[in-house]
Amino acid sequence: MNETMAQISDLAFEAALAGYVVALVCYAIELASRRGGDRGDAQAAGVASRAAQRGGTSTLTRTGGGSSGVTGNVAGGATGAIGLIAPLPTASWGVRFGRAAVVVTVVAVIANVVSVVTRGLAVGRLPLGNMYEFTSVICAAITICWLIVFARTGARTMGAFVMLPVVILAFVAGTVLYVPAAPVVPALNSYWKWIHVTTVALSSSVLMVSGAASVLYLLRGRYERRLAALRPSGGGGGNDIAGVRGFDAARPEVGSPAAEQAGAARTDRSLLGRLPSLATLDRIAYRTAIVAFPVYTFAVIAGALWAEVAWGRYWGWDPKETCAFVTWVIYAAYLHARSTAGWRGRRAAWISVVGFASIMFNLFFVNMVVSGLHSYAGLN
Amino acid sequence: MTVRDSTQPTDADLQIDPDAASAVGRPLPPGQGFFGRLLAAGRNVWRQLTSMRVALILLFLLALASLPGALLPQWSLNSAKTAQYLLDYPTMGPILDRLGLFEVFASPWYAAIYLALFLSLIGCVLPRSLSFIGQLRMPPVATPRKLSRLPHHHRLEVDGTSQEVAARIRAGLRGWRVEQRSELLAGVARGIALDVGGSAVVGANGAAEGETTAAADSDLAATTVLPNSALPNSALTISAEKGYLREVGNLVFHLSLLGLLIAIAVGKLVGYEGSVIVNTGSQFCSTSPASYDNFRPGLLVDGTEMVPFCVDLQNFHAAYTDQGEATEFAATVRYQAGADAGTDTWHDATLRVNDPLRMDGERLYLLGHGFSPHFQITYPDGSVRDYAEQFAPEPNDPNFTSEGAVKVTDPPGVTGDDIRKQQLAIVGIFAPTASVHGGIMTSSFPAANDPGVAIDIYRGDLGMEGGRSQSIFSIDTSQVDKGALVKQERTNLMMGESVTLDDGTKITFTGYNEWVSLQTSFDPAQVWALVSAVLLLSGLMVSLIIKRRRVWFRLRPAGRNDGVTSGDGTADRTVVEIGGLARTDQAGYGEEFSTLTALPEPGRR
Repeated sequence: MNETMAQISDLAFEAALAGYVVALVCYAIELASRRGGDRGDAQAAGVASRAAQRGGTSTLTRTGGGSSGVTGNVAGGATGAIGLIAPLPTASWGVRFGRAAVVVTVVAVIANVVSVVTRGLAVGRLPLGNMYEFTSVICAAITICWLIVFARTGARTMGAFVMLPVVILAFVAGTVLYVPAAPVVPALNSYWKWIHVTTVALSSSVLMVSGAASVLYLLRGRYERRLAALRPSGGGGGNDIAGVRGFDAARPEVGSPAAEQAGAARTDRSLLGRLPSLATLDRIAYRTAIVAFPVYTFAVIAGALWAEVAWGRYWGWDPKETCAFVTWVIYAAYLHARSTAGWRGRRAAWISVVGFASIMFNLFFVNMVVSGLHSYAGLN
Repeated sequence: MTVRDSTQPTDADLQIDPDAASAVGRPLPPGQGFFGRLLAAGRNVWRQLTSMRVALILLFLLALASLPGALLPQWSLNSAKTAQYLLDYPTMGPILDRLGLFEVFASPWYAAIYLALFLSLIGCVLPRSLSFIGQLRMPPVATPRKLSRLPHHHRLEVDGTSQEVAARIRAGLRGWRVEQRSELLAGVARGIALDVGGSAVVGANGAAEGETTAAADSDLAATTVLPNSALPNSALTISAEKGYLREVGNLVFHLSLLGLLIAIAVGKLVGYEGSVIVNTGSQFCSTSPASYDNFRPGLLVDGTEMVPFCVDLQNFHAAYTDQGEATEFAATVRYQAGADAGTDTWHDATLRVNDPLRMDGERLYLLGHGFSPHFQITYPDGSVRDYAEQFAPEPNDPNFTSEGAVKVTDPPGVTGDDIRKQQLAIVGIFAPTASVHGGIMTSSFPAANDPGVAIDIYRGDLGMEGGRSQSIFSIDTSQVDKGALVKQERTNLMMGESVTLDDGTKITFTGYNEWVSLQTSFDPAQVWALVSAVLLLSGLMVSLIIKRRRVWFRLRPAGRNDGVTSGDGTADRTVVEIGGLARTDQAGYGEEFSTLTALPEPGRR
């Protein structure tokens, strides 16, 4: 037991918690302030290029960087082009908040890792001996996974939705679950603990990011369906039928710029419109899931090996084991659904959300409420 | 259960998957009579059962059906708690019990779900394996007519003749299975019959893989394949496919699930578990189920074929920090197993938590420990007897305050009906490090530094003759309520202290010894469960990491897009059309595809 290290660990954890809260606020400000930003630019470009592909007269609707007013309707030629999306001013300070959020996230996760490492040094063992330590590690792992996802996809608007569970988890860890640094009982003193608990923590964290992406996928999907219903001129995703719209413009009651503008403004006010695209969310959910699923499988197998050493059987339907099995089956169903016609997309996303719920349930409810062999959470 | 490519619209659309065609249900000829209809119904059920949708539903059912096993108390895990639950919920409890919800994993409906699931798995995996073996024998499928409809598509014009460009591409397709064919250009090709087995150009590495490359089956012919590439008016196509290992991984994963189920089932049939409490200094021999306090046999275990072993528990050691937290439990034993049993050959071993003793097949675990206080009773007639009884540690007390009872059913010097008036019971707690506050004794440390007992002494009828079983850790309090058993004394004793009752009976707390609870486990199939689990994980990783993907190249001499030409294939420039399709829904083929599109360019290796 090293008291100094234990104190450093506690301080670092508080710093991490504070950092997560600040990051969450920054992400949220960006999300709330966003009027298009980079996503909008990309969409506008997409519209233009698709229109070009169709050989229609090009319509340019919106440019980034705070241009205002309907700029596009002079562009084309004979058919006449109409501005599609009401260009709202881009709040660049919102983007700055978003960038700040990423920086704060990095700082906070470093503090979190420092907290975990010093805790481990203080107690001279792997810092996964109780729920507090476990949750702290999970927070760090979720955040690191999120940063990797962000680096690869740039889906920053997802940040608020990932940081929200992290903040909740870190808060619960720091208040309800907190226990001072101490050694563990001999039952937990096994190298299998290293293997089993570490892999459980890592895979659960990554699966949580996957779950968050799936939740957003469902929200965004609903938003887009509503959007499609709202727009009379059959724009499925809302803005990819530039050529058709050109013709619609001939019918003023449908395609009048004013009506378009009103509809677009109304829908654009929804936060959901600023989320990453469905394809991006789906990719994030799937890729994180297929990274985490084998690790989770390994964690369960390692748990069975440890159970054989500690309890005399490799599988005994202890509540925790049962829930781990249920979670595994749900994610197996998710992967199968992904390759079944009619189950991709929304249904698969629902399965992923159920899996997410199952993980949360297994991590917390089973440890705290249901009594079983796994209930040495430091709470009893 | 397995990932069914044939359900993917991209494949079905393009008719490139040989499985897809055969998977389409064939309509039954009408009027086959009862037997025919029965057969049709059976086939229909089978087709339903092995369909992915049903497999998914069964997976959900399995997950859902497992949940009560985690949320409700289970007989097999905690029978006391289950019984308590039944008492607490007198209406719902018995209904749940009848439904098997307190024994989920042994209930028939649970078995029905997983058996249906595994049937579905077999019904899917076996045909899939056969079809995969077939696919291995066949060259990559012919090039679809419209490459532009594929998810990945590219078109470019490069220097060189078709043959030169084809050679460049094939050289770049290392590690792919490649098949080169020539085909008539669209329009001209119509109406030309197939020459089966005609396309005979060996792929870049086909020979190295030892694959036959003859197109043995007209199934392949999504486009018309011509026998000879030297014909005029023809385009060269190259089909290539990679990632066959994915399918292998997929099949290994599902088959090892099956293996795992069988290993678990065998373990449940022939394995057993027994637990027993052994005092330090005594021996325990496992010869039959009767030698255990608690024995849970597998379904086929009758106890006659148990491998005998003996354990001599020499010492037990527990180490604690100053704060009273345990750091180590270790039991020093001598044991003899297998052929040694019954001889004088002993082996030394130390049993620890997380470190069982592995003998021939059987494993011995140290699960718990506790104390047995020793009492010496001097009876009024002068006879002296020693008693030692195991006391049970109170749950959730880190300081090992233990509860128990010593029952004297046959006091000496008493006969006849008097026995049932003179029986003695010492009931109370044992504290390894006793601390007394206000007359109440508790334990302040888990090690036996200063042991003490706080006991009530009863005399009268223990109620043992009624035939009802009693806990060894407590007395039947209804006897006390009836007045048949009367409390004589309540006292705290430290080691060596004694108390004398009104009739001269003297009870001395003389000491203690430690006991350990041991568990024997026997499961000959568990190593197969491990093998299955390892295979399962490897198969899973292979099937998730490796992408099965296809690429097609169509090479035409430049300037002949209309298909009506008189060229001889020696033009200097070649138009290359490239289509790519990943057969799995894994993103990420895009980057690889862009490197593939660079293959036709000269100067690239």
